[in-house]
Formats: sequence, C-alpha cells, structure tokens
Amino acid sequence: MKTNSTVGILGYGAYVPMNRLKGSEICRIWGGYESPIEEKAVANMDEDAVTISVECAKYALKRANINPEEIGAVYVGTESKPYAVKPCGSIVAEAIGATPKVTAADYEFACKAGTEAFQTCIGLVSSGMVKYAMAIGADTAQGRPADALEYTVACGGAAFIFGLKSNSTIAYLEGSYSFVTDTPDFWRRGLEMYPRHGNRFTGDPAYFYHIIGAAKGLMGELGYNPSDFTYAVFHQPNVKFPIKVARTLGFTMDALKPGLVVPLVGNTYAGSTPLGLASTLDFANPGDRILVVSYGSGAGSDAFSFVVQDAITRDRDLDPPVSRFINRKRYIDYSTYVKIRGKIIR
Amino acid sequence: MSVPRYWREEKYRYRLIGSRCSKCGEIFFPRRLVCSKCRSRQLRDYKLSEKGRIVSWTIIRNPPKEYEKYAPYAVGLIELDDGLKIISQLVDLEPEEIKTGMRVEATFRKIREEGSSGIIEYGYKFRPVIE
Ligand SMILES: [Zn+2]
Repeated sequence: MKTNSTVGILGYGAYVPMNRLKGSEICRIWGGYESPIEEKAVANMDEDAVTISVECAKYALKRANINPEEIGAVYVGTESKPYAVKPCGSIVAEAIGATPKVTAADYEFACKAGTEAFQTCIGLVSSGMVKYAMAIGADTAQGRPADALEYTVACGGAAFIFGLKSNSTIAYLEGSYSFVTDTPDFWRRGLEMYPRHGNRFTGDPAYFYHIIGAAKGLMGELGYNPSDFTYAVFHQPNVKFPIKVARTLGFTMDALKPGLVVPLVGNTYAGSTPLGLASTLDFANPGDRILVVSYGSGAGSDAFSFVVQDAITRDRDLDPPVSRFINRKRYIDYSTYVKIRGKIIR
Repeated sequence: MSVPRYWREEKYRYRLIGSRCSKCGEIFFPRRLVCSKCRSRQLRDYKLSEKGRIVSWTIIRNPPKEYEKYAPYAVGLIELDDGLKIISQLVDLEPEEIKTGMRVEATFRKIREEGSSGIIEYGYKFRPVIE
C-alpha cells in the first residue's frame, strides 16, 4: 500500500515494566522444559495496558515535540484491555492532553494489533484527515500456568506518532503491505482468562506463512531485496522464530540484532514489533532502511518499509533508549509473579 | 471515590495539573478556587513539574481498604522542581533503597480499583528517575 502524501514518524516512545521472571524460575516450578528465553518482563500490580500505553505515549510526545492538542487520533492495540467495554484509547488521550478533538479506539488482532493501529494512523495522516496520529502497541497478556506460553508471555509496549514527512520526522514510510487469512492458531474466548493455541500449528501455516507473505509482498511492490535493508524487525514470540524467518527471507543477523529484544523482555504481544522498531531506531543512522513485519494470530502480518532521516540524531536522546528499560530490572520469584499477575484470589 | 468525583478530577490527576495564584504566585495541588495565602480568586491551571526529590518517606504496613494488596508500600513527601510539595506512593524501589534527596519522577499507574467490576482509578505515583 502506498500513501497519497508521504507519512513519517515524528516521535517514538517505549516502556518495559521493571519486574523480571527468569525462565529458569518457571522451569524450577513446573520442570521438564528448557526455557525458550532467558527472562521476561512482568507488569507490577498497579500497571496494565493503559498505564504502559501512557508511559510510551508521553515518551513519544517528548521526542515528537508537538502540541498534544494537535493529535487527531489515538489508537491502542492490545489484547489485555483492562475493561471489556471502555476504550484504553480515551484514557490515554485524556492523560496526554489530546482530548476532546480526537478520534480514539482500541484495536484487537492478537500480536499485530499495534501495527494495525499504524496502518490506520498512516491512512488518516496521508489523507489529511488529521495532522498527527498516535499508534500504540501494549500488552500485559497472560499465559496459563505450566503452559508453553508462560515462559514467553510478557509486558511492555511502544508508541509512535505519525505526521506528514518533513525535516522533523525521524523516518518516513515508503510503503506497507498487509497479509491476512482466517487461521485458528491461537485464540481466547470472551471471559476466559487464558488463551488456547494449536501448538505446532503456530509455526509454518501461521507465523511463517503470513510474515513471509507480507515481507515478500512489500518487497515486490517496492522492488527491493533483503540486501536493500539495513535492519529488519519481525514479530518476536520467542528467539527462534524471528531468526528463522530472517534467514529464510535472506536477512543477516546484523540486520536483526538491534531490534531483537525478546531474549531479555519476552513476547510483549501487540507491543512486540513496535518495541523491536523502537529498539532499532535507537541504533539506526540517517539513510538506513528498516523492514518491519508484525504477526498476529488469527492471523495476519503488516509489513512496513521506513527510511531513517536526519532528525533521528537530534531527537532520540530526548528519552531513555529501550536498552535502558531492559537493564532496569528487579527479579521476582514465581510466587511473587503469581500474586502480582492476579493468578491467586484472596 | 465516587465515579462522578473521579471523573471531575481525572484530567488534573492524570496530567498533574494544579492551580497557580495570579496575584501572589502560590501553587496548589489539588486545584483550588481561592488562594489560601492572599485570598485571591484569580487562580489559573498550572502544570506541575513531573520531577522532584524525596523529602521524607514512610512504609505503610497497615493500609486502608482496597490498598491491602500493595502492602507493604512506601509513601513519600516529594518536593517537585517547581517547589510544591506533594505526597505520593513511591514505586519501582525497595524500602531499603529509598533515600532522602533521591531524584524521582511521576509515573502513570493504577491507584485503586473498585472491586473487579467497578471503575479503575488511574493517577500518578513516583519512581526513581529513568535517564
Ligand atoms: Zn495568592
């Protein structure tokens, strides 16, 4: 997909809660498995998808250096809405001062809800309907105790503010491509606390088929090869999948590494790909081209090609880098984890 | 807090907005209609600084209802960079790490939940500054 007017990223902000649960600690309790990641970020009792979104949004505003009243859209992509009915988007918009002249809503598309919000924001800005639009991917998703997902399901997010390309944008969009089918690889019914998944079914017909479809579709439309990209970000449900999909498509580990936050953060669901892009922008230089491909169960992928601009070197030091949040940590044991994630009822 | 009262005050709590007296310059949080220093009624909304330092603190071990799950937790008297002192819960640090003079910043958190079906009250707490 190409826009009528060129759209860029004015600012980005990331946030990862401080608690860490080691994979070895989950192994200690449930036995049997080798953890697919080293440790994962866990939200505190007073944190949820809304508070994480507000933290990210405020950091993004600082980098964008714009008047929040000029933000015409605030969309939050999440599968861990604190309310079943009552949007996160309106709370975030109120907290950052974007209300009341704003469109706000929440997106749900498992782990690609955040990049689905990107697509809408890009369209709204490109059409001229709004001056600035904010897209957030944030989650505090839950995994069933002892389930394979419990090792990786984590908390965190990132926010992006889009506006028309200018000297103030830190990267501009060359094009996007969305690739969606009805694939029942992972789901959670209403009122259920934990999701269910199709085990091995989550690999080839789900994650790999959709990411490769979107990545090849976008590169085909733009006439690019993997060697045209300095960096690549793929959805990170574990460490193996993004590395395997990068190799399959022909991307190097050097291209993948700056955005690969999953080993020490975990899978932040709708926050995963946005957080990977934020981490990549922390390292990127003007002129670098970045491929971003999300994946959400159910299933689909959104692919984007961004070119980094000069403003990155001026704006990125206004906020802490993603690595600062990764290094800011406090280890918790499994019993504390069970308490703060509400898995026991007093 | 009742739902209407929460709603009336949420914008100011979310964004740390107090009042500043146009006559004498005194700052207040929460907002006020009359200046307690010079009795002026000319008060304007004033965005408070989101950074400050811990002046004093204590650990709450016997919390009020609906805060039980957080206990023990720290509450600090914080002097914001614009001079106003406010009381807030301190988060992301252990009691033994808290020191007078420590630099802290506002963080958006859940303050209180009205059971599992009621509204969630959001607002500010303070954490060590992330640089
Ligand atoms: Zn006065």
